[in-house]
Amino acid sequence: MAASKTTTGGALVPIRTRIPPETLPNPRRSDVDEWGRSERARSLARRVYDPLYRRWFRAEWEGLEKIPVDGGALLVANHAAAIPSDAPVIMHGIETELERPVYGLAEHLFKALPFVGTGWSRLGGVAAHPENAYRLLREQRQLVLVFPEGAKGTGKTYDERYQLRRFGRGGFVEIAMRAGVPIVPIAVVGAEESMPILFKVPAVSKALGIPYFPVTANHLLFGPLLGSVAYLPAKFKLRVLDPISFDVPPEQERYSKSRIMDEAESIRVRLQENLYDMLRTRRSVWFG
Amino acid sequence: MGRRVLITGIGSFWGGRVAQALEQDPDVEMIVGLGVDEPQVPLERTEYVRADQSYSILARIVRATQVDTILHTFLIVDSTHATGRQLHEVNVIGTMNLLAAAGAPDSSVRTVVVKSSTLVYGSSYQDPAWFKEEANRVHSPKTRVERSLLEVEDYLRDFAEDNPHVVVSLLRFSNVLGTDIETPFTKMLQLPVAPSILGFDPLLQFVHEVDVVRSIEYVMTSQVPGAYNVSGDGKLPWSEVASICGQRLVPLSPVLTGLAVAPLGMLGLLDLPPELLALLRYGRGVDNRRLKQAGFSYRYTSAGAVESFAEASRLRKTLGDQPGYRYERDVENFFRHSPAVLREV
Repeated sequence: MAASKTTTGGALVPIRTRIPPETLPNPRRSDVDEWGRSERARSLARRVYDPLYRRWFRAEWEGLEKIPVDGGALLVANHAAAIPSDAPVIMHGIETELERPVYGLAEHLFKALPFVGTGWSRLGGVAAHPENAYRLLREQRQLVLVFPEGAKGTGKTYDERYQLRRFGRGGFVEIAMRAGVPIVPIAVVGAEESMPILFKVPAVSKALGIPYFPVTANHLLFGPLLGSVAYLPAKFKLRVLDPISFDVPPEQERYSKSRIMDEAESIRVRLQENLYDMLRTRRSVWFG
Repeated sequence: MGRRVLITGIGSFWGGRVAQALEQDPDVEMIVGLGVDEPQVPLERTEYVRADQSYSILARIVRATQVDTILHTFLIVDSTHATGRQLHEVNVIGTMNLLAAAGAPDSSVRTVVVKSSTLVYGSSYQDPAWFKEEANRVHSPKTRVERSLLEVEDYLRDFAEDNPHVVVSLLRFSNVLGTDIETPFTKMLQLPVAPSILGFDPLLQFVHEVDVVRSIEYVMTSQVPGAYNVSGDGKLPWSEVASICGQRLVPLSPVLTGLAVAPLGMLGLLDLPPELLALLRYGRGVDNRRLKQAGFSYRYTSAGAVESFAEASRLRKTLGDQPGYRYERDVENFFRHSPAVLREV
């Protein structure tokens, strides 16, 4: 069947070439970016948090210059306190001292909680998915913070403080290898004492579907409500260790599992040794 | 010789739109539109064939017309209008018959394009921020529409493997907005207030209806095989979508949400299927770079699509619904086949 008659002159000369990419109109009303961060929320949170960081925890850094000023790097730290106090201290510290944003990777479970998930995401948290970490590190060349111990680290009771747990399955090493970025370990002292767990109630955590349900020293001191949010004024000391680079080609599908486990273990041992070293010289939990 | 194209679901929104676009293409020699319903848009030279929804007569049509291209636009992705049985018949059985006809030993078909949905990735709290095309969904599908679409994709994968001489393209579209399309999203955004889930403000992506049609046309003409996500650039939170549309949000309970919305559905106020509730809780992001690398360029970003929808609905509010097109078989046949009509170029 013949094509229908052409009615407009334009169709006689069909335009077959590709339209050059131009910037498309993007009428945004909020400043929430593709990761869910809002710069407005973040700067407000920084203003509110800064006194806590400087006056309450009196955070003190050592070796901050070892964190690269540009390019991607995976920051790895020990994890502690019933509601972890170390993540905000590290993120706020690096963001104010180095003026580089830090993307904190957190347990997926966060995203499932109303308000908490959305709030964490607006302030700079990202769900801990290997794809997310790869995109941030390799494609966007950002600083990413992970806690390889996960909830096993924060769920420690007070008598187990500063004893590093297993470093997961070494996934963080594999991500750094694939992204071709160095790992920068950070040893943190002080978080353990800011909200120490006295004991846990497994029946409640099982019923709520959360990793652990803690009863903390803060609960005894401040009561069940205030005690769930108020930290004890432990002195924070943070030591940045030498970055570790891997001499493997990036973007590989898979890496040697034994190599990954060895590297993860050696990073764990170095962090543990540095923690012992920092504890040896600490005279007071509250004054450092 | 020009292309001979068969479009499924000619009576649906997408079938009609795609046929309209192809009629403008001088390289397309002939268009057959297959559908349960009559076309809803005026078409110049598309031949409409009424067929039952599982396309049992398809093999005959393919043989008779010697089509070289099949555009399968008739997959139901909006489960609010379809029963489980319909979803299965249309999506799974329909696609099965379609691919059986296309893969017959003497078949003339060389290109198959299927319009699927990013619903196949699901939406859960364990998702990555961006799904790539080869990513697997985190949880097994629980809703009927997602299950049926995954089955369709399985058939298509087998078909592509068995027929290496056929270029098979699978397009997965994110939430479509635009000036004319009606989806569960457009319905939510045109209520007096829009629903949200208390404590959640998910990041969403949208694709404009214009880009949907353009991308189908693009993969058909440039012959790019494989699966592609199709979604406008950027993501925006649900609260911002509502604000662009001038909507107030009314939060629903974050626990037992399904139970809370059930009475609203029964009253006919608001139909929120489970896949949509998951989206309002966790959102979804897909990586749209592969199609761009294949040479496609978008006309709208996610926010641009929302803005375009908001403008169109403001206009509709002022003017009211305009009378639509009605298909008249005799009139259409007259223009296409009567010797009285001069059809020379």
